[in-house]
Amino acid sequence: MQSNAVSLNDIVAHYGNSQVLHGLNMSVADGELVSLLGSSGCGKTTTLRLLAGFIRPSSGSIALSGRDVTGLPPYRRGIGIVFQNYALFPHLTVAQNVGFGLKQRQVAEPERGKRVAAMLERVGLSSFADRYPSALSGGQRQRVALARALVIDPPLLMLDEPLSNLDAKLRVDMRSEIRELQRANKRTAIYVTHDQEEAFSISDRVAIMDAGRIVQLDAPETLFTRPVNAFVARFVGFENLVPMIVVERDGDRVICEAAGGVRTTLSLAATGPVGDRFVIGARPEGLAIGAPSNSTIPGTIGVRTYLGRTYQYRIDTPAGPLVANGPFSQPLQQGEAVGIGFLADQCCILPMENN
Amino acid sequence: MQQRSVNPVVAAIGWLVMAFLMAPIVIVIGAAVSDTTYLAFPPQGFSLRWFGNVLQQRSFMASFQTSMQVAISATSIALAIGLFAAYGLARFGKTIPAWFGSVFLLPLFVPEIVFGFSLLKTVIVSLELPVTTALIVGHTIICLPYMVRVISASLSSFDFSIEEAAVSLGMHPIKVFLTIVLPNIRSGVIAAVVLAFITSLNDVAVSLFLTGPGVSTLPIEVFTYVEQFFDPSVAAVSVLLMGVTIIVMALVERTLGLGKAVK
Ligand SMILES: Nc1ncnc2c1ncn2[C@@H]1O[C@H](COP(=O)(O)OP(=O)(O)OP(=O)(O)O)[C@@H](O)[C@H]1O
Ligand SMILES: [Mg+2]
Repeated sequence: MQSNAVSLNDIVAHYGNSQVLHGLNMSVADGELVSLLGSSGCGKTTTLRLLAGFIRPSSGSIALSGRDVTGLPPYRRGIGIVFQNYALFPHLTVAQNVGFGLKQRQVAEPERGKRVAAMLERVGLSSFADRYPSALSGGQRQRVALARALVIDPPLLMLDEPLSNLDAKLRVDMRSEIRELQRANKRTAIYVTHDQEEAFSISDRVAIMDAGRIVQLDAPETLFTRPVNAFVARFVGFENLVPMIVVERDGDRVICEAAGGVRTTLSLAATGPVGDRFVIGARPEGLAIGAPSNSTIPGTIGVRTYLGRTYQYRIDTPAGPLVANGPFSQPLQQGEAVGIGFLADQCCILPMENN
Repeated sequence: MQQRSVNPVVAAIGWLVMAFLMAPIVIVIGAAVSDTTYLAFPPQGFSLRWFGNVLQQRSFMASFQTSMQVAISATSIALAIGLFAAYGLARFGKTIPAWFGSVFLLPLFVPEIVFGFSLLKTVIVSLELPVTTALIVGHTIICLPYMVRVISASLSSFDFSIEEAAVSLGMHPIKVFLTIVLPNIRSGVIAAVVLAFITSLNDVAVSLFLTGPGVSTLPIEVFTYVEQFFDPSVAAVSVLLMGVTIIVMALVERTLGLGKAVK
């Protein structure tokens, strides 16, 4: 087995009696930046805390660079962490905070000062070097936390929502700084965020987490086009998930039936033989609104929302409500009868989930 | 600058409290410098001879020495135990049964007289410990609740994630405790030390049972002195004791306060 920078195997973790991680598996290759993306409370911070060694898994094993560290104390793991709540040392100045890790690594003075100054420059806080954290704004504190972790150039860097408190411009600047440093030094990084765009733009791969498990860990493009289940599909914007059954097929042209007995013709090679059940996922722009026909799903226009260049419609169909975008040039009226077709190249096919 | 208006009732209460707190000190100082052979306030005349008298009395000086020795030892031991107890309770509080923290407060609930008497029975009579050791043991126990309570209070607002930050940056946990945790709970530790020191220095009830022939603490010595004499010496002793307390507080503030400069 090749040695990954990080591998978490079947991790179960508890806080007291409540189980937070339910058999989490994840591996991160050397020099890779992986984002953890998931809703609040799904266990992202807990995963980082396990890697850092602040909490122990109830079962499962953790390896860093192929070495089992399940029992290794945190101060010997050499992981740089940007804490979600910053965790700056209140009794130290900004410069001392940033220089803290270098001092522990016996980096002597002229060199240490130089590296601290250079890092403060990068995060745009050079003029705040002698302030105490209590005299900084939230975003400035966050950048100190970022600088403190980046300056030690750790082999593994973990960032827990490191940019959550910054404005849009600074966020983009900082995220390219992070990416640049990580790439230049070929460091491994785990990046926690709520922001899908941020995760997709900065990462080599993205892990989607749900309720204490990783449901999919893939390159952004793969996630975006080929989600593995309904949770991920919804997460990446496939708002319309319609269960179907194949009733007839002729080469790539497949006639499928959805709930309510409505039929539609799809040109999808990916579906199985007659009788196969699957779920088709489509983003609002992956549905085509046209005149009713016998190859589309019949529906009536409901609520219309103006989105700038397009209109978004809620459409009531026998197969359930759908959300589709239509061109700005021809607004449709509420109650109008339409036919909904799936743009096959923009749709995803998911296995049927029993629930 | 705009002056904040203070409710006159609140102001009056404030001044009354101040007067109430200051009065004993003023009276004691006044009585100590009185040029009379009995305690008098307001002082009649001015004389420092009672201070001279105190400093010449061997019993006062010896008991003062005992008091200091006991107070310093008891405070140090209580600090060592209290600091770790408070830290442990704050850090691992969730995994420790709730009643455990209250154990450290128990000495507050036992009447000191009863406590002193039981110490006499066990420590001195059964274990045959020397008086000074017995005093240190007894005072350590009465100081402990203050230590644990006051330090716990300042730890309750301490953010333990900075401890994790320091550890993750490669610092050994013991060093983290000394250089990260301690400086941030400094004021609580200073308050606890001062409180414990004063508690020990002023204790009568527990010491009463433990002191024996030849070994006595200053408050006990003052106690026996006023049973026989009524001259201003006791006031002079009190003033000296206050002076010592203030010096010790300043020293504590200085030494522990230096923690801030330690990087
Ligand atoms: N110290 C703790 N004691 C008990 N439960 C905890 C503790 N810390 C976290 N939890 C619980 O564990 C679960 C996962 O928490 P975690 O902090 O890992 O979430 P997260 O994914 O980082 O969320 P967010 O995006 O809001 O930061 C949550 O349900 C939370 O309530
Ligand atoms: Mg979190």
